Amino acid sequence: MSKEVLITVCTGTGGIASGGEDVLAAFREALSSAGITASCRERCRVQRVGCKGFCSQDVLVDVAVNGAITTYRKVRPDMVARIVSEHIVAGMPVAEWVVDGSYHAFHEKQKKVVLSHCGVIDPEEIQSYRAVGGYGAAERAVLSMTPEEIIAVIKRSRLRGRGGGGFPTGLKWELCARHTADTKYVVCNGNESDPGAFMDTSLMEGDPHSVIEGMIICAKAVGSHRGYIYTKAEYALAVKRLNRAIEHCYAAGFLGKGIFGSDFDFDVEVFPAPGAFVCGEATALLRSLEGKRGMPSAKIWRTAEKGLWNKPTVLNNVETFANIPKIIEKGSQWFSRLGTERSGGTKVFSLSGKVRNTGLIEVPIGTTLREIIFDIGGGIEGGKACKGVHIGGPTGGCIPAARFDMEVDYESLAQAGSMMGSGGMVVLDETSCIVDTTRFFVGVIQGESCGKCAPCRIGTKRMLEILERIAGGRAKEGDLELLEELAHSIRETSLCGLGMTAPNPVLSTLRYFRDEYEEHIRRKRCRAAVCKALLTYSVVESACTGCGACKRVCPADAIRGTRKKPHRIDANLCVRCGTCLDACKFNAIMKV
Amino acid sequence: MSTTVTLRIDGRNVTVEKFSTILDAARTLEIPIPTLCHHPDLVPYGGCRLCLVEIKGAPRPVASCTTFVKDGLEVTTSSPRLERLRKTTLELILSDHPRDCMTCERAGDCKLQELAYFYGIRDPRFEGERRIYRTKDKNPCIARDMEKCILCGLCVRVCDEIQGVAAIDFAYRGFRTMVTPPFERELDCEFCGQCVAVCPTGALTGAMWAQKGRQDMRDVETICPYCGCGCTLTLHIRRNEVIRVSSRRETLNEGWLCAKGRFGYEFIHRTDRLKKPLVRIVPKSEAAALVKSGWSHERAASFFREVSWDDALDLVAARLGEIKERHGSDAIGGISSARCTNEENYLFQKFIRGAIGTNNVDHCARY
Ligand SMILES: Cc1cc2nc3c(=O)[nH]c(=O)nc-3n(C[C@H](O)[C@H](O)[C@H](O)COP(=O)(O)O)c2cc1C
Ligand code: SF4
Ligand code: SF4
Ligand code: SF4
Ligand code: SF4
Ligand code: FES
Repeated sequence: MSKEVLITVCTGTGGIASGGEDVLAAFREALSSAGITASCRERCRVQRVGCKGFCSQDVLVDVAVNGAITTYRKVRPDMVARIVSEHIVAGMPVAEWVVDGSYHAFHEKQKKVVLSHCGVIDPEEIQSYRAVGGYGAAERAVLSMTPEEIIAVIKRSRLRGRGGGGFPTGLKWELCARHTADTKYVVCNGNESDPGAFMDTSLMEGDPHSVIEGMIICAKAVGSHRGYIYTKAEYALAVKRLNRAIEHCYAAGFLGKGIFGSDFDFDVEVFPAPGAFVCGEATALLRSLEGKRGMPSAKIWRTAEKGLWNKPTVLNNVETFANIPKIIEKGSQWFSRLGTERSGGTKVFSLSGKVRNTGLIEVPIGTTLREIIFDIGGGIEGGKACKGVHIGGPTGGCIPAARFDMEVDYESLAQAGSMMGSGGMVVLDETSCIVDTTRFFVGVIQGESCGKCAPCRIGTKRMLEILERIAGGRAKEGDLELLEELAHSIRETSLCGLGMTAPNPVLSTLRYFRDEYEEHIRRKRCRAAVCKALLTYSVVESACTGCGACKRVCPADAIRGTRKKPHRIDANLCVRCGTCLDACKFNAIMKV
Repeated sequence: MSTTVTLRIDGRNVTVEKFSTILDAARTLEIPIPTLCHHPDLVPYGGCRLCLVEIKGAPRPVASCTTFVKDGLEVTTSSPRLERLRKTTLELILSDHPRDCMTCERAGDCKLQELAYFYGIRDPRFEGERRIYRTKDKNPCIARDMEKCILCGLCVRVCDEIQGVAAIDFAYRGFRTMVTPPFERELDCEFCGQCVAVCPTGALTGAMWAQKGRQDMRDVETICPYCGCGCTLTLHIRRNEVIRVSSRRETLNEGWLCAKGRFGYEFIHRTDRLKKPLVRIVPKSEAAALVKSGWSHERAASFFREVSWDDALDLVAARLGEIKERHGSDAIGGISSARCTNEENYLFQKFIRGAIGTNNVDHCARY
């Protein structure tokens, strides 16, 4: 046999959670065991890779035989033996385990730039990154480009900050480069803490070298010799892989003294942070990095002038940095053409919620929401009606399905009452209650407010309480107006970005789904049948066989009836737990 | 480059130093802007959001305490929108505050109460959960009632920036954020009371202030007797009793005091306080034996006799003279005190060296 076989196993956090490491070990073991000829074994490589994006199908395994790639989905260790014997040895892929059309549709409309190596290379080996051209851009920047040249390229690329604010990256670097100081810092913001967002984490886990390479280029551009990667300690895999990558860089001479044989020094360190949403905010992050409580402060000075320890500092997001080597390598024109007039390149989103294909996706900026949710995401599970999509993390906003033809960029999202944020997308369908989802997001925000300023600390609490009243059927006439006024007030008075954007989920849903709120308040009705307090469970007499299954499981003893006769639920005793609904085999219990 | 900046506030031109805040500039014009978290001696904070002002051309109002002046700025400090925002923020603060003014030590001297009064807020429109904390400190100096805390951070900052102790800080997040000593233990610090002095509400008060009165106080300025620094104290006196001590920012000590000056005033009204010189009438050896055999301290007071200052000084002069005559100057030594002023300490060593004739003289901070 003269086959060349490469097996790559997804070991992102999602992959590992689904058993990726076990699958990897199973492949290694299966290949070294009897039955495989020595020559085949020599030509077989098993490699761990970062997240491949399509997390709902994990563990994903690519088997490339002489370059022909077959992708298996939902692989478990006990499936490995058959894949090895039938596919690798006998040359017949195991058709029933191969991914279906949705996998290809999922990838078709995507444009992988930042994620191009993610899920392809081994994130724990620098050679793997070198083999795809890694560190070529940094080497060129350090050895043969002037800071002005680098900044000019980044400015022309129209790259804007991927941390959410969308500040032009080239301009940010220029502002910092302009200040003379004995020390300057380059800081990478890897704090990503929105529930359901895993773009930056997947990058740090799946392609840590691209982030470091971006930081090196930035350091050269602004004249910094010290960098920090701020990420949460609980992202253990990201911390581990970043540290390993840094270690490899020192050994290779890409970090430390005189990098790439030049006279330029640059050191990088990982800061495993305590982990709070608000620590992603620039000023809070820098305080936290200094060892203080991560509380935002008024931006009296620009970070580019007085940042970390009062020294000129560039703070960029993980994805922002990961874009840099590609721009240096392929040119600003190539990059700017990928995006829109005002914003170049692509954006990574994490797609979750009620959409069929959940996972990590990358699309050119300016792609429509319809393409993202229906073409890539495959639409809604079970053919239900899509209600909208919540974009931008907890402090983002909800965009209704009627506006899905909107092209996604920083401005269009802001105009629609949402924001780019870090790029989390949670899709809502007709079974999602707008009041309930808003209550959920405001709850997250309230718990994460740093407490410094009164409108955010107390205001979000009062918003949450009003939403709880609405969801609980206890709202009064006038509550909606109070909620709206309060939301506007918080937006206008809060100190930092968290408080300023905290009202987004409330204001955007009031704008597009006000009728649903009013229905909760006036008619005490939740059309999605989610808000417990507004639900009534009842028995559909025509369907009830009188089997008594519901009566036996009801913890509140609220169901009455004699055998073989339709039963009844006493609404006063019912605690709306839904146990009867699950127990009934005849679909005779109705929830409205 | 010019070191001053000229801007317009409420239609009036004002020229101030570069790197002044809009709030500083407004105050030079005596334009009132409400604040709860600002202190001129501390780093600008921007937490209470009451000092918001409008700048022409800016989309949102800005906090005047954390915004530098710029040439040509046009600032408005009061408008229907600003007053509405301020009122809403105050209502939010008051919705999480006990309505306790009747029994609160700070009533009448409380910035929150005063603002609620000016904005006419009796029943805030927002209702909901209120933070409940038990007070549990046992120290005799500072009473903390954290339910009244509005998290302005002044205490945290003064303790760190001025006192350099950092005994308290913020803990937790969201609605549960609180100011506390480490691990929510009891306050165990220098008890300088700087935090009490800057707290705008009744969250931090002097433990000895309780129920001593809030009205009809007479203020008397004096110098602290405890040490040579000579801080200026303001005694607050009611019915001839000192019931609080504070200090004004315009003093040499800039209003800051230590635990002794701020809280060590109870001795003033003690009946067993020494007010006149005492001369021993029972010799020391006999007295010791009597105390050992069970004499109480009150009875031990009878070992002494009150005399006039003239008599006392005559006695000391005569005895020192005798000792010097009989045993020589070096048999005598003098120890002076940090509680004396420089001048007093100078005189003391001069007396020991010049009048007694020995170099045996020292002081707890060394001569
Ligand atoms: C509450 C809050 C949380 C934030 N969290 C993050 C984060 O997790 N990661 C991030 O890169 N930026 C975050 N940001 C944005 C940062 O403040 C900052 O704008 C960004 O890191 C700058 O980098 P960029 O220009 O590359 O986007 C957050 C901002 C706010 C207000
Ligand atoms: S807006 Fe919220 S998170 Fe930001 S400083 Fe104020 S309290 Fe803290
Ligand atoms: S702190 Fe002020 S507002 Fe609060 S109870 Fe005391 S006096 Fe009243
Ligand atoms: S009494 Fe002084 S040392 Fe103690 S917390 Fe207050 S300011 Fe800090
Ligand atoms: S205790 Fe007083 S000074 Fe300290 S934060 Fe609370 S209100 Fe402000
Ligand atoms: S005084 Fe400016 S925010 Fe409090």
